[in-house]
Order: sequence, then C-alpha cells, then structure tokens
Amino acid sequence: MTHGRPLTVARSNGRTAIRRAAEAVATGFIRVSGWTAIVVLAAIAVFLAWNSVRALREVGVGPIMVGTEWYPTSHPGKFGAAPLIVGSLLVTSIALVLCVPVGLAAAVFLSEFATRRIKEAAKAVIEFMAAIPSVVYGLVGVALVVPAVKSVFGLDSGLTALSGGIVLGIMALPTVVSISEDALHAVPSSLRHASLALGNTRWQTTYKVTIPAASSGIFAAVMLGVGRAIGETMAVLMLTGNAAVMPRTVLESVRTMTGTIAAEMGEVVQGGLHYSVLFVVGLVLFAVTFAINLAADVVLEKQRKRWGA
Amino acid sequence: MVTGLRSAVMAVSAAAWSSAEEGARVVEETSPQGSGRFELRSVSVAYGPETVIEDVTMNIPPQAVTALIGPSGCGKSTLLRCLNRMNDELGNVRVSGTIALDGQDIMARGVDPVDLRMRVGQVFQRPNPFPMSIYDNVAYGPRTQGIRRRDELDAIVEDSLRRAALWDEVKGSLKKHAFDLSGGQQQRLCIARALATHPEVLLMDEPASALDPISTQQIEDTVAELKRSVTIVIVTHNMQQAARISDQTAFMLRERLDMPARLIEVGETRKVFTNPDDPRTEAYITGRFG
Ligand SMILES: Nc1ncnc2c1ncn2[C@@H]1O[C@H](COP(=O)(O)OP(=O)(O)OP(=O)(O)O)[C@@H](O)[C@H]1O
Ligand SMILES: [Mg+2]
Repeated sequence: MTHGRPLTVARSNGRTAIRRAAEAVATGFIRVSGWTAIVVLAAIAVFLAWNSVRALREVGVGPIMVGTEWYPTSHPGKFGAAPLIVGSLLVTSIALVLCVPVGLAAAVFLSEFATRRIKEAAKAVIEFMAAIPSVVYGLVGVALVVPAVKSVFGLDSGLTALSGGIVLGIMALPTVVSISEDALHAVPSSLRHASLALGNTRWQTTYKVTIPAASSGIFAAVMLGVGRAIGETMAVLMLTGNAAVMPRTVLESVRTMTGTIAAEMGEVVQGGLHYSVLFVVGLVLFAVTFAINLAADVVLEKQRKRWGA
Repeated sequence: MVTGLRSAVMAVSAAAWSSAEEGARVVEETSPQGSGRFELRSVSVAYGPETVIEDVTMNIPPQAVTALIGPSGCGKSTLLRCLNRMNDELGNVRVSGTIALDGQDIMARGVDPVDLRMRVGQVFQRPNPFPMSIYDNVAYGPRTQGIRRRDELDAIVEDSLRRAALWDEVKGSLKKHAFDLSGGQQQRLCIARALATHPEVLLMDEPASALDPISTQQIEDTVAELKRSVTIVIVTHNMQQAARISDQTAFMLRERLDMPARLIEVGETRKVFTNPDDPRTEAYITGRFG
C-alpha cells in the first residue's frame, strides 16, 4: 500500500512552504552567526598584530619579552615587559594554588556526597559568585585581604601579589567548581556501582574510579580557571600595588599584563611606540588565553566522546 | 501452539537437568556446606511511597544456581540488590523483612555493607568495565582487599580471567584498555572482576542480555563451572536459559501496575518448568503473557 506513494510526499512530512522557508532562514542565521564569531576572533588577532608591528620592529620581540626594565615614559622609553609577564604568572599561580584544591574538594563534595538540596543551594551560590562584578571583589579585597596580609606578614603595605592572588583565587572558584562538578557528574553511575559492589567505600570509589574517569574534565576546569585568573584586570589593579618591577617574593607589589594595559592605555599617544608595545602585551595575553581555552576545549571534547554524551 | 512451546521448554530443561545433578554431587564432596546460603523472610521493598515488592519468602541454596524470572518491572533487579544492599546506594529505598546470609542478618545495624559486598559480588545488566586496562580492572577488587604483591595479583588476574572464559582471548594484551574489548568480552571481564575478590555469592542481573549467542554460551558455561564453588543468583528473561542453567527458579509477578510484585512460585527448576503449581507460572513460562 505505502510503497506505491511518490517519494516526495513522504519527504515533505506535512510541512508547509512557510515553515520550510522559516527553517531555511533560521539555519542560515545560525550559520552566519557561527561564521561571524570566527571572523571577529580572527579580526581581533589581526588588529592586535597590526598595531604591534611598530613595537616589534623598533624594540624587538626579545627585548620586550625578556627585558626587565619597564619605564615606558622615560626618554628613551624602556619596554622590558618581563616584570609584567612574571607578575601575571605569579598572581595566577597563587590563585591556582589556592583555588584548585578548594574548588576540587567542593566539586567532589557536591557531585558525590551532597544531598540534592545542598547541591541546588550551592549551585545558586556559585552562579551568583560568578556574576559579581570584579570591581566588587576588588573592593572587598582592599577592605579585608589587604589589611590582613599586611598585619599577618608585618608589611608596610598589603598591596602585594599574594593579596591579588588570594582574591583572584576566589574569583576563579566558580569556574573550577562548576566545570569539574560537571565532569564528575558526567561519569556514568554504573561505574560507581561497579566499584561499590566490589566492596569499596564511597570515598574509595570516588578517588579510585570517579576522579580518574573525570580527570580530563577536571584538567579543563583548571585550565579555564587559569584563563579566568590571567585575564582578570580590575581586581588585580586594585590589589597588587602595581609596581612594574621584577618580584622576588609573593609579598611584594607586582603589576600584571592586564593591569598595565588598563592603567596606561589612557595616557599614551595613539600610534606611538608605547601604544604599540601595549598591543604586544595584549597579543601575548590573547595568545595565552586562546591556547588555554583551546586546550580545555579539546580535552572536554575528548571526554564527551568517551562517555557518548 | 502453546503446548508445542511448552514441550520444547520441557525437553530443554530435562536435558539440562541430568548434567546439573551430576554437578550438584561434585559440589557436595568438594565445598564446605552452608557457605553462601540466603534466607529471605517477608522481604518488602519500597521506593519512596511506592511498594514494589511485597512479602518475598524464599531460600537460596548454596553452590547452586537460582534463576529469578518474571516480566519487566516486576522487581527482579530490586530483589537482587537487596542481597548485597546495593539498594542502600539509591537513596529513597526502604527494605523490610529479614535477609540472612549463612544465618547472619545482613540488614542488622552492625553489618557494614562494604564487608557484605566483599562476600556477595555482582555482575550488572550492562557491561561496566572501569576506564583502565584489563589487568587493572580485574585487580581492582583484590587491591581494595589490600593485596599488593605483583605475583599474587598476577595469579589472581589469570585465575579470574580463566574462570570467566576470557583468558585465552586477552592473555597477550592485559595492558589493553578495557573499552577496546567487544561487548561480550567486556561482560566476561566484569565477571572476572567480580570473581577476583572470591565472593561466596555472585549476583548476575541479565548478564547475557546484550550478548550474541556465542558469548551467551560462554557465560552459561562459566556459570555452570562457577556453581561448584559459588552461590549464583541470576536474573534472566530467557526461559530456555533459566531452564538450562538453574537448579532453582523463582517466578515473580506484578499482577496489576498499582500493586506490588509478589513471589508467585519458587522451586526446583525441573518442577517449575515441567509441572508448575501455579497457572500463572505456566502461562508466563510458555509465553502466554508478559
Ligand atoms: N531507583 C528507583 N527509584 C524508583 N523506582 C524504581 C527504581 N528502580 C526501580 N524502580 C521501580 O521498581 C520496579 C521494579 O524495578 P526493577 O528494576 O527491579 O524491575 P526488573 O524486574 O528488574 O525489570 P527489568 O526486567 O526490566 O530489568 C519498577 O516499577 C521500577 O519502576
Ligand atoms: Mg532489571
């Protein structure tokens, strides 16, 4: 009976011409949006590179990347950005050291041990934490963390890499917690059951099976936390004291790449050498965050494939 | 039609029976008596407000195969999970009645489910190997028990894989990732993993439901071999399989959706398949409903 019907009728499955047109428009819109994102990304990279050309030609990659003296307004200006790069790395490392253990512990607790009610409450709190503007974190840091660091270590000023790192660690927590929680959650419960049925406790099951199975997602969470920390500007500007010198300990003032760009961009001559050097710093930030996000994406994709989700 | 089916099933079970009896005699000579015997008295299970199993009373004899049969959703898996207290892990589950293993109440306060699960292993419906090598999968349980010596682990891994009829296929590639095995091989790996802790009882929840006939045959052979030393409770939807491999059969049924399931009949497999007491058992076995 049915095989007598012409194919076209079966294929249209009752959609009207308007419906089909609407679908075509929607598909087209999505495709264009996707391409726009890629084009914008490429345009930013090209723009950064274009504006960096002068600095790269007149100062050179080497002197900018490894030079330790940053006196951009002296004559002639000195554009050694190493203290800024080290400043960013130092503050980010402190943030990571603090936020990865805490964030992982929180994620494991929420995913493996918490009741549903606690979990929902915690999720709401975490989302809220992520939504607080960074200047507010900066304010709280100035009011609480800076004096605390000052008095605990007996310093003249609490505006240090440590203060910035502590607040940055707190700011990166939502990223680390929520993405590693997702990763743990994605581990099929059949694996947990297998482990429990072999006479393991919940805790043994968690560290022997669940965490290793989620390790790639946890790695991605840490990477995205790094990306969050390294790109943060306002809070570090308020908390680290912004001395552009090579730090020797975490209790000294540092200046980050982001802080430098934000603080100096307003005062430079458009198209000048200083202006161009700041674009080089921006290009470095762009490259680092791009690489970090790419790595995280690749790893997350791998995990997704593995569990077929 | 119905009588044809029925006589076919009977023929299969009768054939299976003679060899099962021989096996049982061997067991009596070689195994310690009474190890791995379950006694269930008025066991009921509720998920939240909904009671899904009511008043199940039965014995599970040691070193024999007990088959649990019944339509989908009648609580076979749920009952199985009572025996190693895996229901504890699901949250809102309430089990009442008493369940004793070798005379000891396993639901008593002092009993740690973790210790119980060392004695009562489980193989799940879907193969669920850990994302590790074949070797590490099998060695997982023994390592939990504190066995660290390499030669000791090697011996356990080989022995377990042999008992699960997988050794010959994987002996050259123990370092291979478990996910690279076929579905049937993965399921036998899961059996090996469960055997590696030397449980007294092995619970198998439709272990062959996702497998081809050859893998199924291998698992049935494994079961026949295992029951010399292990008490086996197996859930299956395959009547011929139940008839072939089990010594005792329990039939559960949920007569109406709003009513909990009950144990309709339990007895020697030969009797249940050839001359059941209850007409509902006969109807189910011969495929007249469900
Ligand atoms: N975790 C759970 N929470 C709530 N209800 C459940 C849960 N697990 C099972 N049930 C319910 O308990 C009843 C018995 O389920 P169970 O899985 O034990 O059946 P089964 O006999 O194993 O079925 P199948 O043959 O399809 O595997 C079903 O009605 C099911 O909906
Ligand atoms: Mg089931």
